[in-house]
Amino acid sequence: MAVQEKTGAEALVDIMIEEGVEYIFGLPGGSAIPLFDALVGRNIKLVLTRHEQGAVHMADGYARATGKTGVALVTSGPGATNTVTGLFTALMDSIPLVVVTGQMPAWTLGLDAFQEADVSGITYPCVKHSYLVKDVDDIPRIMREAFFLASSGRPGPVLIDMPKNVSGARISPKADTMQLPGYSVPKAAQDAEVARAATLLAAAKRPLLLVGHGAAISGAATEVRALAETLQAPVVNTLLGKGVLPETHELNLGMLGMHGTAYANKAIIDCDLIMSIGSRWDDRIVSKYDEFCVNAVKIHIDIDAAEINKVVKVDLGIVGDAKTVLRQLLPRLVKGDTADWVRQTKRWRRDFPLKFQKEGKLRAQQVIQELYRLTGGKAIVTTDVGQHQMWAAQFILSESGRDWISSGGAGTMGFGLPSAIGAQLGRPGETVVAIVGDGGFQMTLSELATLFNLKIPVKILVINNHYLGMVRQWQNLFYDNRYSGVDLEGNPDFVKLAGAYGIKGFRISRSADVRRVLKAALDHPGPALIDAEVEQHDNVFPMIPAGAAHKDMLLGPPRRVLEKPTGGT
Amino acid sequence: MPAEITGGNGAARHSISLYVANKPGVLIRIALVFSRRGYNIDSLVVSETEDPGFSRMNIVATGDRATLEQIIKQLNKLVDVIHARDYSYEDVIQKELALFKIDCAPERRAEALQVMEAFKAKTIDLSERTLAVEVTGSSEKLDALETMLRSFHIREMVRTGKVLMARGEAAT
Repeated sequence: MAVQEKTGAEALVDIMIEEGVEYIFGLPGGSAIPLFDALVGRNIKLVLTRHEQGAVHMADGYARATGKTGVALVTSGPGATNTVTGLFTALMDSIPLVVVTGQMPAWTLGLDAFQEADVSGITYPCVKHSYLVKDVDDIPRIMREAFFLASSGRPGPVLIDMPKNVSGARISPKADTMQLPGYSVPKAAQDAEVARAATLLAAAKRPLLLVGHGAAISGAATEVRALAETLQAPVVNTLLGKGVLPETHELNLGMLGMHGTAYANKAIIDCDLIMSIGSRWDDRIVSKYDEFCVNAVKIHIDIDAAEINKVVKVDLGIVGDAKTVLRQLLPRLVKGDTADWVRQTKRWRRDFPLKFQKEGKLRAQQVIQELYRLTGGKAIVTTDVGQHQMWAAQFILSESGRDWISSGGAGTMGFGLPSAIGAQLGRPGETVVAIVGDGGFQMTLSELATLFNLKIPVKILVINNHYLGMVRQWQNLFYDNRYSGVDLEGNPDFVKLAGAYGIKGFRISRSADVRRVLKAALDHPGPALIDAEVEQHDNVFPMIPAGAAHKDMLLGPPRRVLEKPTGGT
Repeated sequence: MPAEITGGNGAARHSISLYVANKPGVLIRIALVFSRRGYNIDSLVVSETEDPGFSRMNIVATGDRATLEQIIKQLNKLVDVIHARDYSYEDVIQKELALFKIDCAPERRAEALQVMEAFKAKTIDLSERTLAVEVTGSSEKLDALETMLRSFHIREMVRTGKVLMARGEAAT
């Protein structure tokens, strides 16, 4: 008598365990019950979230902090549609996720059954790839493919829509060999391309390395450092490339772009060669495409061929994995004669430092800078999106590409808290701080309950200015100070709110208290929230108005009313 | 064969051939790459191939060359696309089939047949007042016949869209 075969759901969990999945973030519903049932008693931890967006962001934060694939599990219909923002966030930032959505039985698809939605159709533009599973015997192969696709090449989210009759059906043993004839992963570059890059780099007098998220994903920190030091080339990093070369390194000029450092942006203007390592020339850093580095030779290393010449036309495009390509390139490099250039960047750093007003009300920048000092640059920092995110990017100097977790491409408010929870689970024992705005925090604060249940010591720093501050800044600078829809009147008392969730709350409202209160919160053994009541009308500088050239960067408040920006947001 | 220039800003008609996995959802993933860039698809042919696991798609779309190159790269990125290639600038076998139903009273039949003769088109249906025509050939030839038939008043026209195949030993 044969043993009864396992269900599709059990097979799915088996493969997750084989793939090394530690945590599944999710929220059940009718269509997902067989999937949740298969988790009972298995060696995989289920984190019950309060909203499906939170589940996907947690999986995302876990993935960013560890480099492993994050997994979320939700139900059909609204459960699945609630994942869309999380999928989009992960796709834009190339984060490996496997998201499984329960689905109504296959025979009801398209018949408007209860909680039946065209999840594949809704999510096509937000995933690297997706599956609608029709046959239980396909589950092992699809699961193998999903984990491989999510984590290889340019990573991204993979969605598996799993009808209830399929997850509940008995599986007949079948091979799980992947069938992906249309998918290949570039690794090494061609020798001729590498030789050409070496020649161009050797000829440059003022070379600049632009380090993006691709370099972090590829784990190319050692190679980037060797490249910068051998060439004696200054480095600028994108928002998501922070820390690949430690931002305390003398050659690192920090973040470039709209709210980047003045010295990074001045280097962009004056360089005669720029080499992007896994950055996609996003509009936040390039700003005005036809005036970006017009006189510089441009080299672009990217694992995604579709990024080469997408928005910035380059002199040399190299398709390959950043770490592999840099390893090919390093032996061919000669030490450049860049002493004058490096000296120039150091003068800029001295003459145009990041600064903020210290008098008057409490400044967000002071709180963030103090947090950086207290954590010695060792904390994993997650953020929401807006002013606090830019100030954190400026004043938190990252030491590792996996210590800075922020929604870059999508700009998703509400990302900070759930991603911090995921990051802390992935890296227990480390300090994790979510720096959030009062606006974004309220989009996913229901995950405070998840945090409380987990008893993990995530710290939440709310930069509370009672405004949707970045929009207010734009209305202040470019829309004649006409505020519309930015006043967050009716904010709760965040300290009491934290208390209601069983989380210790702290408040800072005076600059004299910053260090003491932050220290107390960081020393608190469990989760804690710090409500920092900051100056309401502060603006983030430097600023390159969207669509303006780097030379038109504002170092501080302008004396005149500015034209409305021509670029996007 | 050079791409047909149809606009002032470098917009040209491009013929793209894709070899794709024969799975549900492939068509929509491909269509989304075009629609996201605001590109209209002029014609689209999906058919079986010699291997039941795969389908071939022929797409004709109008746009500037740089954007089309980007679109081809994005198509190649799709997991279910084995390969996508722009054949607009290459000499390949290209065919299309069209059916026209025209007004044709008995006194103009001879004239109509003369036009059709010149285009090697066939009569496939005839009624007291109408004539149905089948023609095969390059898309340009079909365009030319369409122009000629306009003088009869075209009641209906349907075209299959262009299909193409590489010449000689080369694989499409």
